[in-house]
Amino acid sequence: MAAHLKKRVYEEFSRVVQIPQEEAPAKKLRLSKPSKSAALHIDLCKATNSTDALQYLLHFARKPVEVESVEGVVRILLEHYYKETDNSVRLKIASLLGLLSKTQGFSPDCIVDDAINTLNNEKSHQVLAQLLDTLLVIGTQLPESPTVRQRLIEMACKHLSDTYFGVRNKCLKLLGCLGMADTPLTKDNDGPGASLGGVRDIQSIISDFFGDQDPRVRTAAIKAMLQLHERRIKIHEIIYDQACRLLSDDYEQVRSAAVQMVWVLSQLYPESIVPIPSSNEEIRLVDDAFGKISHMVSDGSWMVRVQAAKTLGSMLQVSHHFLEQTLDKKLMSDLRRKRTAHERAKELFTSGEFSSGRKWADDAPKEKLDTNTVNLIASGACGAFVHGLEDEMFEVRIAAVEALSQLARSSASFAEKCLDFLVDMFNDEIEEVRLQSIHVLREISTHITLREDQLDTVLAVLEDSSRDIREALHELICYTNVSTKECIQLALLELLKNLNKYPTDRNSVWKCLKFLGSRHPTLVLPLVPELLSTHPYFDTPEPDMDDPAYIAVLVLVFNAAKSCPTMPALFSDHTFRHYAYLRDSLSHLVPPLRLPGNGLDLVDSRCGSGSVESAQLFLQQSLNRVSTIQNLEAPGAQDLLNFTIRDLQRLGELQTELAGAADFCATYLRCQLLLMKALQEKLWNMAVPLCLKQNVTATAAAQQILEETYKLEFLYSGLESRQVATIHHVRLQAKALQLILTARTRQGLDPLISSCEKFLQDIESFQRLFVAELPHLQDSFVDKLLELMPRLSSCKPVEMVKILLATLRLSGLLQLRLPEQIHRATATIIEPTGESDNPLRFTTGLVVALDIDATLEHVQDPQNTVKVQVLYPDGQSHVIHPKPSDFRKPGPDRHRLITQVYLSHTAWTEPSQIEVRLLLAYSSSSTSLSSSSASKLGWSDSIDSLPPPEAAVEGTIPFSKPVKVYIMPKPARR
Amino acid sequence: MPEIKVTPLGAGQDVGRSCILVSIGGKNIMLDCGMHMGYNDDRRFPDFSYITQNGRLTEFLDCVIISHFHLDHCGALPFMSEMVGYDGPIYMTHPTKAICPILLEDFRKITVDKKGETNFFTSQMIKDCMKKVVPLNLHQTVQVDDELEIKAYYAGHVLGAAMVQIKVGSESVVYTGDYNMTPDRHLGAAWIDKCRPDILISESTYATTIRDSKRCRERDFLKKVHESIERGGKVLIPVFALGRAQELCILLETFWERMNLKAPIYFSTGLTEKANHYYKLFITWTNQKIRKTFVQRNMFEFKHIKAFDRSYADNPGPMVVFATPGMLHAGQSLQIFKKWAGNEKNMVIMPGYCVQGTIGHKILNGQRKLEMEGRSTLDVKLQVEYMSFSAHADAKGIMQLIRMAEPRNMLLVHGEAVKMEFLKGKIEQEFSIDCHMPANGETATVTTNPSVPVDISLNLLKREMALGGPLPDPKKPRTMHGTLIMKENSLKLVSSEQALKELGLNEHQLRFTCRVQLQDPHSDPDTLNRIYTHLKSVLKGYTIQHLPDGTVMVESIVIKVSSSAEDTSTKVLLLSWSYQDDVFFCFFFVSFLSLIFSKQWLRDSIDS
Repeated sequence: MAAHLKKRVYEEFSRVVQIPQEEAPAKKLRLSKPSKSAALHIDLCKATNSTDALQYLLHFARKPVEVESVEGVVRILLEHYYKETDNSVRLKIASLLGLLSKTQGFSPDCIVDDAINTLNNEKSHQVLAQLLDTLLVIGTQLPESPTVRQRLIEMACKHLSDTYFGVRNKCLKLLGCLGMADTPLTKDNDGPGASLGGVRDIQSIISDFFGDQDPRVRTAAIKAMLQLHERRIKIHEIIYDQACRLLSDDYEQVRSAAVQMVWVLSQLYPESIVPIPSSNEEIRLVDDAFGKISHMVSDGSWMVRVQAAKTLGSMLQVSHHFLEQTLDKKLMSDLRRKRTAHERAKELFTSGEFSSGRKWADDAPKEKLDTNTVNLIASGACGAFVHGLEDEMFEVRIAAVEALSQLARSSASFAEKCLDFLVDMFNDEIEEVRLQSIHVLREISTHITLREDQLDTVLAVLEDSSRDIREALHELICYTNVSTKECIQLALLELLKNLNKYPTDRNSVWKCLKFLGSRHPTLVLPLVPELLSTHPYFDTPEPDMDDPAYIAVLVLVFNAAKSCPTMPALFSDHTFRHYAYLRDSLSHLVPPLRLPGNGLDLVDSRCGSGSVESAQLFLQQSLNRVSTIQNLEAPGAQDLLNFTIRDLQRLGELQTELAGAADFCATYLRCQLLLMKALQEKLWNMAVPLCLKQNVTATAAAQQILEETYKLEFLYSGLESRQVATIHHVRLQAKALQLILTARTRQGLDPLISSCEKFLQDIESFQRLFVAELPHLQDSFVDKLLELMPRLSSCKPVEMVKILLATLRLSGLLQLRLPEQIHRATATIIEPTGESDNPLRFTTGLVVALDIDATLEHVQDPQNTVKVQVLYPDGQSHVIHPKPSDFRKPGPDRHRLITQVYLSHTAWTEPSQIEVRLLLAYSSSSTSLSSSSASKLGWSDSIDSLPPPEAAVEGTIPFSKPVKVYIMPKPARR
Repeated sequence: MPEIKVTPLGAGQDVGRSCILVSIGGKNIMLDCGMHMGYNDDRRFPDFSYITQNGRLTEFLDCVIISHFHLDHCGALPFMSEMVGYDGPIYMTHPTKAICPILLEDFRKITVDKKGETNFFTSQMIKDCMKKVVPLNLHQTVQVDDELEIKAYYAGHVLGAAMVQIKVGSESVVYTGDYNMTPDRHLGAAWIDKCRPDILISESTYATTIRDSKRCRERDFLKKVHESIERGGKVLIPVFALGRAQELCILLETFWERMNLKAPIYFSTGLTEKANHYYKLFITWTNQKIRKTFVQRNMFEFKHIKAFDRSYADNPGPMVVFATPGMLHAGQSLQIFKKWAGNEKNMVIMPGYCVQGTIGHKILNGQRKLEMEGRSTLDVKLQVEYMSFSAHADAKGIMQLIRMAEPRNMLLVHGEAVKMEFLKGKIEQEFSIDCHMPANGETATVTTNPSVPVDISLNLLKREMALGGPLPDPKKPRTMHGTLIMKENSLKLVSSEQALKELGLNEHQLRFTCRVQLQDPHSDPDTLNRIYTHLKSVLKGYTIQHLPDGTVMVESIVIKVSSSAEDTSTKVLLLSWSYQDDVFFCFFFVSFLSLIFSKQWLRDSIDS
């Protein structure tokens, strides 16, 4: 590093010396200046025409400039600026000035004067605009200096009357970014305020430009005002009228900005009263703004429509009456009022009849309308969402759906009203919109109860072939409230149909029924005999226990029975048996029930409440028990470990909440056990040649421990640095063991020396990484090693090995402390199921795409870590990196991988199976804990003593069950 | 004042045979040239004799514009161009140009071959007529001649439907044709920019209707079809060959795809297949979804929809069949209907309006026993559904378009008079613009107030700019001095010096003079001196000179003093000024008089 630095320094010197050789000796003065500016100066002097100069400047701009030399460079640039006649070069210089002032650590206050000076003398409009931009940069770099700010604002005001739109734009931008609220630009500072007439504050100056002739300037003026708002300067209410006028501007960018402006004002002054033109009524400002923005939902430009629809969603203070108008579109046919289909559906429902919709004149208009009352062009908010949801651009529709959801969440009655419209959106042509509306309905479903006809429409979507849609819908049904038992029946029926059509939805459907049952116990109750097909007199045949549809029905019934104690009385004998079976096999779907004459279940249900705590307790106790093992060679220690591991594994299976933690502990203990076994043999006392076999097992154990530690480190989320330290500690032990074994087998001294050095480095890096954790590692292997460190680093390898062996055998078991939450990363491949007997046939040399669908849980950053491995029968294996877009995130800590894997192989004589599995890739340098701290420590350390970075160990952990796929590459036909 | 005249030959307070004559800025344009479906005699076509009694139309019309391919908008085109005689350009969009001849040919076949009419246009005439067509692109400005230009906007409604803006100088007319403001499954919504035409000629089919949301109807339709299929029934959908049929096809196709349904969908063949081919080609004219996905798959390449064969009607199992014609009055749809009518599991869905007298109308009104030819009766057991899929703008849509285009006048066509009356009232009330609704043959006249473009010399502009106050105040009118030169049909505003130079004229000075008498005892030079000093103190900032020849000059105003012969104390002031300084002189004179009658002056006089 040092050498490298020296080289760089040397290089710079050489460059600086070179230049005066070429140039006149007078230039030697510049020697003291940093090389960069000198070089630039030379270049600029050499430039014979403007194109050359421009080239130099462009070239110059590509390289960064050091902080110290910025000022010099700026001086040279300015000097050249005054001489330059070509506009484009001056423009470039101006932009460079801005760029340079952004340099970190450089304070641009020294160039303010120069910049303002140039501004005063500049004639070209473009260059002026660029200079103002530069001033803006300078101004934002100096937020603490009010005088500079004031001067800049004055400059901006002065140039506001420029004829070129770009200059006015930049001036307004500058005012927006730097203008201050309460310092009116008065005459006493003789600023531009005076020239514009009297005392003006920044807002009125900006708002003057709302009526500029150039749409770009108008936009810039509104943007500047919004910028002021963002800087927490309160915008005056007078602006509102002007902003409203701009809503009908000819240019879409102006309208779009005006929508924002109106929105901002409506948020600032929601309760002000504004008059309605053409009448003497008055309404709240927020309502008025809401009406005006609603109007923009039918604007000619779709950008404005998107903006307006989005904005509507965040206007929560709007009054009820206005809000509901957005869903109102008065229907009329031949001047007679017609009811909407929604209204008709509702009416039919309330009158107890199903919608027939079969009659030709079923929507025959009823009462005659007074022509004067029909308001065609909706004043105010009328029908804004009806338009938005029917828009031709899906961006607008999505924005409208989102806005609906935001408004509905804050108002229950609005939620009720917008239900029909959302349900209609389930039929949109774009899947994204359908999906979004399903999600939205789920979010607001706490407010609403679905009517039967609505439920019917919702359920119709269950047959959608898109998996995302169906799953979103299942999720929705989990949260819906329905009103009648017919609804339950309908839902069950449709879900079973769905199950029949798409068997892969099994889990999702069951889960859905679980919630449906537990939400509506009283509605399920009257259905039970029918659902379980029991008969008062006859015994009915026992249904097939493996039938997913039957399980689905049982899940529904059992979950309802949980809060409905009278229900079990209706069960037949086999139902109880099936309950016991399902309670065991699908414990996450079937709740504990209080069944009559079933003591066991009673106990079960009682401990159900406190089961998590008791399991936690059990886990802790097991760990405590293990911690009593002081010495690895203690008698009975191995047995205790064995039992504990078994207990923990079982606990993990039973208690899903603790599965991660239990698994983690078990794996950790297994490492300890392996280590113990490897060390405790008496072989260490024997001569080397006599215990070859023993050596082999020990080597294997060391290798396995290493692998396990990587699993521990990367497969579990929620680890704290203490646990990571513990894991690294075990890894260190395993490495020590490996070193010892190497020493015993290998004869050559050289490899041994290098591995000893490597080990010492490992210890050092451990110390570096876990300085904070060292106090917790009292009495451990590392602790002892660190004590012996001076000796270790000086002694010979053989001696070192001896020391290591002794310490290793003496060191005690490091107690594991559990963090709050540990989750194991898991993956389940849903598709391919591995059950198909039909081989996937394809021609050799070509590829076949295999669809993979998997759920990942508790995987951090799956886009980078999750890979798909394909293992061919001949031992070939391919690792495929799925695209980032293949990952979806249906919930927290949950990811979904839906991707295609391309397979290819040479010809086979008959079909055979390949294995597909998911891998979790890791790299030891990428751990969250080690990487940041390691790099920082390394940087601040003295450069000479910096060890080469720890070789990053990269690898993969398989974390899903492999799935077998039957394939058959056929030979190509010639 | 220039006028724009609009005369509907058809579609004036009526639906059918759209044909509107517009004369604007000395140009005559025919908008659409359609036929009336309801008549079989001369009333079928517009009355071209309105334009000229005998002879060809070419010299009377500058161009013909066809908005879309529906026969009530283009059906009379070959008749007009070939039989009446018109050789000028005919403008239509590319899809219209492609599909229009198919429909015309079909129409010809039915009238000539089936009904046996003579004296009708021939296939060759259709071909000849189409040769005169000039295709248009959306938003492309086409220069018909030096002054007349036209521009097409997207109108929805059917594939290739366009709204046209016709512009002569600064006068313009927008004709909408038929349009739709709500997008459907295959087309987008009509769009126009804020072009502020003098007249907006809009259709008004649904002038008194505000329609329900499209989604409800679609959902109902799909639900009904789906339920029927699940029951194992057959569904018959009688359709007109083009337009709605494609929309419904897409609707069913995507539904089948989404729901993974397997039942076959058939489309009765015929001209539809040819037309479908064009739908595949003109993807740019369709809606966002189809445009976006056509790279993966063209939505008009139906996966589930196959061509229908007569024998399929007897196949067992569920199916959906689209068959023409739409009102069940003849042809394939009637044949299939007869076959399926007996089974209550089956269903017929009428997607549109049915004319009285057709079987479609009868069954929609609930008739369950139909009398067929040959005294046989047919029991109708199948379900009959009605589902309106219409692609015209409703009252709200029309208002929305007016809001988008901001016209100065409104003109309604293509609708019923009573309904128009209502909409007219609404438009006048909401937008406070004039609204016309001429009947066929009646002329609506609109006077326009076109702005006259004038070239201005840059120097003059800059000079006047420098004089004016600071920006921004761009919308405030500002007076400027210059000379307007009208030369060879162009107007030019230049400074007066330049005008003189250009026209080779000498500059003449116009001066006014006046005399003022006043009492002053001083001698002439003294009086002049006093005036001079006073003016100097009063009129600061003006150049005031005391010339040696005994005059005082204030700018261009000359003051001379002379005393009358008889009374030396009565002085006569001679004032002379040029006409440019007339305004200044008034100001000067007022201050001058005040000076003279001020006490100061009098006192000074008395003192001396």
